[in-house]
Amino acid sequence: MTNLLIILIAFLVIATLVQILRVGELLSEVRNLDVNKVTEKDNKTQSFLMGSVGILFLVSCVWQYFSWEHLMLPAASSEHGVTIDKLMAFTMILIIVVFFILHIILFYFLYKYRKGDDNDVAYYYPHNNKLELIWTIAPTIVLTVVILYGLSVWDQITNADTSKSQVIEVYGKQFDWMARYPGEDETLGSYNYKLVQGLNALGVDMQDEASLDDKLTRELHLVVDEPVLLKLRSQDIIHSAFLPHFRVQMNCVPGMSTQFAFTPTKTTSEMKEQEGDSFEYVLLCNKICGAAHYNMQMKVVVETQEEYDNWLSQKNTLSEKLITKK
Amino acid sequence: MSDHHNETFISKYIFSLDHKMIAKQFLITGMFMGVVGMLMSILFRLQLSNPGESFAILEWFLGDKWAPGGVLDPNMYLALVTMHGTILIFWVLTAGLTGTFANFLIPLQIGARDMASGFINMLSYWFFFAATVVLLISLFVETGPASAGWTIYPPLSALPQAIPGSGLGQDLWLISMTLFIVSSLLGGLNYIVTILNLRTKGMSMSRLPLTMWALLIVAILGVLSFPVLLSASLLLIFDRSFGTSFYLSDIVIGGEALHHTGGSPILFEHLFWFLGHPEVYIILLPALGIVSEIISVNSRKPIFGYKAMVISLIAIAFLSFIVWGHHMFITGMDPFLGSVFTFTTLLIAIPSAVKVFNYLATLWRASIRFTPAMLFAIGFVSTFITGGLTGLILGDSALDINVHDTYFVVGHFHIVMGLSAIYGMFAGVYHWFPKMYGRMMNKKLGYFHFWVTFISAYGVFFPMHFLGLAGLPRRYYTNSAFPMFDGLSDINEIITFFAILGGVVQLLFIFNFFYSIFKGTKATENPWRSNTLEWTTPIERIHGNWPGKIPSVHRWAYDYSKPGSDKDFIPQTEPLKEGETEH
Repeated sequence: MTNLLIILIAFLVIATLVQILRVGELLSEVRNLDVNKVTEKDNKTQSFLMGSVGILFLVSCVWQYFSWEHLMLPAASSEHGVTIDKLMAFTMILIIVVFFILHIILFYFLYKYRKGDDNDVAYYYPHNNKLELIWTIAPTIVLTVVILYGLSVWDQITNADTSKSQVIEVYGKQFDWMARYPGEDETLGSYNYKLVQGLNALGVDMQDEASLDDKLTRELHLVVDEPVLLKLRSQDIIHSAFLPHFRVQMNCVPGMSTQFAFTPTKTTSEMKEQEGDSFEYVLLCNKICGAAHYNMQMKVVVETQEEYDNWLSQKNTLSEKLITKK
Repeated sequence: MSDHHNETFISKYIFSLDHKMIAKQFLITGMFMGVVGMLMSILFRLQLSNPGESFAILEWFLGDKWAPGGVLDPNMYLALVTMHGTILIFWVLTAGLTGTFANFLIPLQIGARDMASGFINMLSYWFFFAATVVLLISLFVETGPASAGWTIYPPLSALPQAIPGSGLGQDLWLISMTLFIVSSLLGGLNYIVTILNLRTKGMSMSRLPLTMWALLIVAILGVLSFPVLLSASLLLIFDRSFGTSFYLSDIVIGGEALHHTGGSPILFEHLFWFLGHPEVYIILLPALGIVSEIISVNSRKPIFGYKAMVISLIAIAFLSFIVWGHHMFITGMDPFLGSVFTFTTLLIAIPSAVKVFNYLATLWRASIRFTPAMLFAIGFVSTFITGGLTGLILGDSALDINVHDTYFVVGHFHIVMGLSAIYGMFAGVYHWFPKMYGRMMNKKLGYFHFWVTFISAYGVFFPMHFLGLAGLPRRYYTNSAFPMFDGLSDINEIITFFAILGGVVQLLFIFNFFYSIFKGTKATENPWRSNTLEWTTPIERIHGNWPGKIPSVHRWAYDYSKPGSDKDFIPQTEPLKEGETEH
């Protein structure tokens, strides 16, 4: 019944619109006017609208920035993140300036150069090679700077020295994360996906001696100011380990191991003081992976060496876990 | 010579060989799919702004199974997002835009009676139609349509155990895409051959309107890149159905270790984006061409820097083939490769900047006539600026780390590619409607349509940048699982409000379109006082386009307001006066 009513109402609305338009067009036919010809008055109204809506649009952009600025991610909590933030600020300022200049010119021209009466003629100006050259070279120079700056930051991040980094494996599967710490030998044991079973959730090869003291955890704990190298793997499909506060993101791809090196610089408790008590660092999945993709997360804690050692010592090693089980 | 032969209903309206009818078929199919795709976006926007709330409309469209109690199911959410992307990118902005305007404009603007092969042209539409039918059927299969995102990355798209949409729905998606690619290749080859071989006397390449340049380059892009997607899809079909391991390796799912080893999902990403990035320009370039034409006509001024416009089109097209890796900075691809792709990607900003400056120079001291088509062309320039600039952030590998796959990306590509291309399409429809149907579209409805669209489109996509900078990933069913995103609900509500407003006003456009086909005021032969050849054809649209001889061309398409002429436009068919230089 409701469906029928909705269809009926839609039908009536369309019929009314048709009639209104017909009346308008018939009236102007009687007055011998071409109703769909763009008149001087139309140009005036539309160019005025272009100018004013244009200004309102730019004002609304500024308004959005000031009302939502506090929702943006806080300053980076990692060493390389600070350089990314600087590059971001540089690029942002550049594009915001260009955005406003170009739009102001655009809206101003639209407002100013509307067609008046029929005698109003445009200025015939088909080309000017000098101008073309200027506005090819100018962006080229600006982009050279942007590219060189960007590549130098990228190079710093991806070529970071990882020889002293603490290696931690992060492992994703539908729909949660686990971490593996190498234990006292500081070496992660080898793995084979065919060994994934029960408590051996990461398919660690227990024949490998390096595996025996590895530890599996459900939280990712990091030591402040100590470099860390995340080794990323996936059990089933592509996931992406995204740690927005550290400016860290890398895909976890089944069949291969990827990595990301960084150094956290602020502990969780420092961040709680700065951002409020409810603050937590988080690792979230940022590659579409199925129904619960939106809730695939792992708590991340950055703490002092002492707290970290304390936390890790309470965890069982893999051999303890698997052997007690047997 | 008049090509007026007897036509039955079927040969005129259904299996038509006339490029103008085929163009309309593409347009109307594209519009229909546009409504479907837009409706999907409104359905999932409701969930995003009001997570977990019950909406009768969701249950009405999706039924008990996918929206139990009016609350959207998470799998259906992903399916809607996937199909929205697929439909808008391929069905509306590729086939709907290029299919319509390449078919309609190429013979008319170069002075040909029809496409090089009318039959291949017809096949192109009917393959597209078959693709459409298969895709629509996939919406109704029991396990739901494809849900792995429009980029269908395996293994998610390869394993039905991972997501229900990767069952029959994904099979149909792949079959549909195969048909679509066949259609696109048939069309593309035809466009290239026609533009190169069937130009009328005097229509040298340097006199081609910019729409023709854009459509020629787009066709070349499509012919070179779509086959790669076809092979990527075929390999995926093999992996799904015949046990091969091109993309799959070392997978444990549902407690079972699969036999696949040695494959790599990264291979799929490379193949996909080798099409996927040129595809972005396949969508954008026709709009650039259309907008160049419309801005020039309505500014009553030649397009500034015709040659620079052509060169920058070619430069953008060339570069678009060597930038695909910027979609893969954080996939574990070699960082050095990342540097190379950052370099090539940011280079695209140069020809794009040239285009924007040339548009502004065209508007300078112009005599602007604000037709609805012109308004949309202006909207294009604005979105091209806004969306192009944020590309500088995403194209920079170091910055991409933190905004990759967030709403920042969603905002960026919807503005620079989605809005720009759809504005180009609207502009084209308003502008060439008189030639398509011999009647005018209603001007006032056109104005209203533009302003509400312009405001609501920015209202939807501009705030998304802020969501992205807050770290919110795209394709999240809800952001309520993370306390850090709790503050974002206001922004989400604003976005949904504008999405619904923008969606509803498109119905007005569709109304205007169909109303005007039947009841619009009668058009004159050249209502916009335009120079290009299509406006020399008679109002009665005949198969063969010109009743007598095909006109020959004596000048470029942009002699507007040329000094020494008594009117403000000089059609291409008018010979140069004595002592007149070409331009």
